[in-house]
Amino acid sequence: MIGDRNPAEDRCPPPGGKSVLWNNALLGLGLALMITALYLVFMYVPTEKTMGDVQRIFYFHVPLAWVAFLAFFVVFICSILYLWKRDAKWDIFARASVEVGVIFTTLVLITGPIWAKAVWGVWWTWDARLTATLVLWIIYIAYMLVRRYTSDEARGARFAAVVGIVGFIDVPIVFLAIQLWRTQHPGALVFEGGLAAPMLLTLMVSIAAFTVLYIILTARSVTLKNLEEAVRRLKGSQ
Amino acid sequence: MRETFISIFAIFWKDILSGLRTKEILTSVLVFGLLVLVIFNFAFEPGAGIRESVAPGILWVALVFAGVLGLNRTFDPEKENSCIEGLMLCPVERHVIYWGKLASSLTFMLMVAVIITPIFLALFDLPLFLPRLALIIALASLGFSAIGSLFSALSVGTRARDLLLPILFLPVAVPIIIAAVESTGLILEGRPWGDMWTWLQIMIAFDIIFLVISTLVFEFVVEE
Repeated sequence: MIGDRNPAEDRCPPPGGKSVLWNNALLGLGLALMITALYLVFMYVPTEKTMGDVQRIFYFHVPLAWVAFLAFFVVFICSILYLWKRDAKWDIFARASVEVGVIFTTLVLITGPIWAKAVWGVWWTWDARLTATLVLWIIYIAYMLVRRYTSDEARGARFAAVVGIVGFIDVPIVFLAIQLWRTQHPGALVFEGGLAAPMLLTLMVSIAAFTVLYIILTARSVTLKNLEEAVRRLKGSQ
Repeated sequence: MRETFISIFAIFWKDILSGLRTKEILTSVLVFGLLVLVIFNFAFEPGAGIRESVAPGILWVALVFAGVLGLNRTFDPEKENSCIEGLMLCPVERHVIYWGKLASSLTFMLMVAVIITPIFLALFDLPLFLPRLALIIALASLGFSAIGSLFSALSVGTRARDLLLPILFLPVAVPIIIAAVESTGLILEGRPWGDMWTWLQIMIAFDIIFLVISTLVFEFVVEE
């Protein structure tokens, strides 16, 4: 059936060539960075004086949170670009990024309480950062639900883009409101130079490793969604 | 400019008329709001000691949940007999439809609040005349209807309309809910205006930001 038509019509993203090279280079870089980060976190960096070994989770917790915010920022930008340009490419980017963002936020919400229980003695407090992260997580789960519950593909993309924009703008306001309400989370030590040099190095390497991981996962997800799209087109044109 | 206002008013008045004639939305939302007050009374048994600390929360849970219930019906009636298509065919800009819907849902929300709040104050034996509380309710309701009308239009376009609206609406409305509960608490404690100012600022900022954003993105929600 497929052979009857002009092959250019049902072209899939061609495997091989430059993109595979890029993919492999990225994977290699990600692997190297991740192993280095693990070495630094568990072997190199000195144990924190008051908190002890449990503080090492910081080197995963903070990079995960950073990448989650980066992912949602990408969703925000892609949502604006989609509504503006109406190119399905931006929608696919946003969809891929939101999935990684939600997974990373979930990990932030798991690693945080593990640390908090040991240091603060409680799993959870209604502090600005914690609560804002929780609200953020729910907003982007709602984003994914909007997609799932919309039958029409293009409409789902528009709806999701609207949620992606409103949700991202809402988060700073949520943060501000909760900060005025109560706060307990340690402040941004990193920018005040309150972090010892080996700790800062470990944190930076870890952030780099997780950022590369985010790019790899998002790129994979984009490829997968393009292939799904191609399959749908082929099925539809039978 | 004048024509825009006339168009907004026409959409607003159509909703108010049909709402007042059927009375079903207003009645069910009111009964629901009262039920929330009653159920919280069982949940907390507000004695004299904890009255001030739980009362603002109870009022706002009742108003927010009743508000969501009402917002669910903002665009729902338009789905019957494809009225929404008629609305979209109106020779007006899309944001005019948004402002019309915003005006009508805000009015319904305020009508519900005007009835529920005095009942709440009476049930919990609090002072009945609180003009500052009226201001808080007005600012919060404006914020709720600003994002609520947008998300209501969005969720009627999906397969899970009644389910999706609260999931979208409540997390985004968090700043308003916090500000409203906190400032209501300050009012009930009889604190001066100055203490409330931060919360008023948050609500005003939220209202302005989301009125602008929703006006801008509404056309993407209703476009076919």
